[in-house]
Amino acid sequence: MPTVLETIDLDKHFGGIIAANKVSLRVEKGARHALIGPNGAGKTTVINLLTGVLRPTSGRILLDGQNITQLEPHQRVRLGIARTFQINQLFADLTPIETLGLAVSERLGSGSDWWRLVGTKSGVTDETVSLLERFGLADVMDERTAVLPYGKQRLLEIALAFACKPRVLLLDEPAAGVPEAERHEILATIEALPADVTVLLIEHDMDIVFTFADRISVLVNGELFVEGAPDDVARDPRVKAVYLGEALDG
Amino acid sequence: MTHPLANQDITQGTAQSGAPSASQASSSVSSQVSARLAARARWSVFEIVFWLVVIASIFLLPNRHLILAEIAILGLFALSLDLILGYAGIISLGQAAFFGVGAYAAGLLAKYEIVTEPVLALLLAGVLATAVGFVTSFLVLRGSDLTRLMVTLGVALVLREIANKFSDITGGADGLQGVTIKPVLGLFRFDLYGHTAYCYTLAVLFLLFLLARRIVNSPFGLSLLSIKGNPLRASAIGIAVNWRLVAIYTVSAGYAGIAGALLTQTTAFASLDVLSFDRSADVLLVLIIGGTGYLYGGLIGAVLFKFMQDWLANITPQYWQFWIGLLLVIIVLVGRDRLTGWTMPVRRMIEKRWSAATPKGS
Repeated sequence: MPTVLETIDLDKHFGGIIAANKVSLRVEKGARHALIGPNGAGKTTVINLLTGVLRPTSGRILLDGQNITQLEPHQRVRLGIARTFQINQLFADLTPIETLGLAVSERLGSGSDWWRLVGTKSGVTDETVSLLERFGLADVMDERTAVLPYGKQRLLEIALAFACKPRVLLLDEPAAGVPEAERHEILATIEALPADVTVLLIEHDMDIVFTFADRISVLVNGELFVEGAPDDVARDPRVKAVYLGEALDG
Repeated sequence: MTHPLANQDITQGTAQSGAPSASQASSSVSSQVSARLAARARWSVFEIVFWLVVIASIFLLPNRHLILAEIAILGLFALSLDLILGYAGIISLGQAAFFGVGAYAAGLLAKYEIVTEPVLALLLAGVLATAVGFVTSFLVLRGSDLTRLMVTLGVALVLREIANKFSDITGGADGLQGVTIKPVLGLFRFDLYGHTAYCYTLAVLFLLFLLARRIVNSPFGLSLLSIKGNPLRASAIGIAVNWRLVAIYTVSAGYAGIAGALLTQTTAFASLDVLSFDRSADVLLVLIIGGTGYLYGGLIGAVLFKFMQDWLANITPQYWQFWIGLLLVIIVLVGRDRLTGWTMPVRRMIEKRWSAATPKGS
């Protein structure tokens, strides 16, 4: 399988703190790749480096072989990297229709049209409808995002990233904070993502990781510790020692 | 790559898969969605009534045209601030910078008979203010509300001192004397009673209002709201946040410049006062009184502000600002987290179209 996203010796220092240390990660095309690690291991830092929210101290990031290390976040989105956030980052005063319509129209290149009224481009409308239905948001499409139930907001969070038609979708703890009863809907949604979208998942919940992932990287103290197929990772004694021991046996 | 879970596709029957029953359902959803997306742009009864009242004021208050023109100019100025504050979340204490550039530009164009036709001169003044807005827009991109307040304040102070320094051109503290404004379009002469001034100002205000309404209800306008709400996420869906902010700040400067030019043209005078801090502070006050983010706030605020100023100045000539200050404190307290909370009833009226004009989605 060809590599779609690759980091080479990625370093990120915050003052004296090393948040990412020589991280060389390869994500294969179409993979369901999970990035796990204990709290403070630097998982979200890696996501922020990949999406351009943070600039690395040194190292490179390649998307399909193209060096994107110096690109702005919005430029990376246009090249096909989209992300969700661990804590919802939504537009509280907009409705799901407007939120998704906005993302779709940005992707189709008409986001800066100032002479045309919103809702007059059928391509945008059609795609917005299909997103609302795919992510189970049609029933709340006209509510302000701020008043949506948390589970729906979580779905909108994923839908919004998906609306960017990413080649690589970075999911930062998609089920974080979602009550047990609503979890399955999030999981089903993630599992139903098209196979050609590469997914890099950050997750704490080991059940989710082992149901979903076909490849797992373990990050500890900003360093890639172990990488391999789920079974190998689960069996690896070093991983058990630092991380899985407590999660699996406890 | 085999992926056991990829087979469990729960999205069969979405619009993309095109199953017959689903696509029927989606076509009704589709029309609802496009109606909802367009809903913000629909004219409400309140808006139509508002503009009818404005037009009626021309005929019903012929003796008040001078002050009404002043109000309309203040309203346009506040509208310029609403474009950045209400839609993009950029707070400014220096909007007078652009107002002043427009005011002096119009004055100089007329005084030295460079461009004597007022409409053309108005456009040129607007272009000049737009250019100044574009150049200074890069200063407000970074930083918090506080740094933006300081930067915009600073820009306005700098421009005021430049105008003061070059007194042989601007007239300095004495103001720009000897400005004569030719008839509008060569037809309508400015008169002592402000009839031409008011009609001219209203026409400009209405056209610029329509343009602003178009802009804020466009995909571009929606993207501004998203940036105001969450710039981090806006950039994470591919929006070039900085360029959008540059664009609206530049447009806003043009609006302010045209308002300033209107003041010069209708009064045949410009002074350092057009660049003063007081003017920037007043326009912010006007917008807060009227409420941000629905375009009418600046216009309604201008009416309230001028009448209050007039009325309070009659009762307590020396202390009217005390009452304005008290009102401001009350507005902020009542509005709590949102400065414009107290205008919600008016805004609801404007947004009534949501339920009235389109069938409510189930």
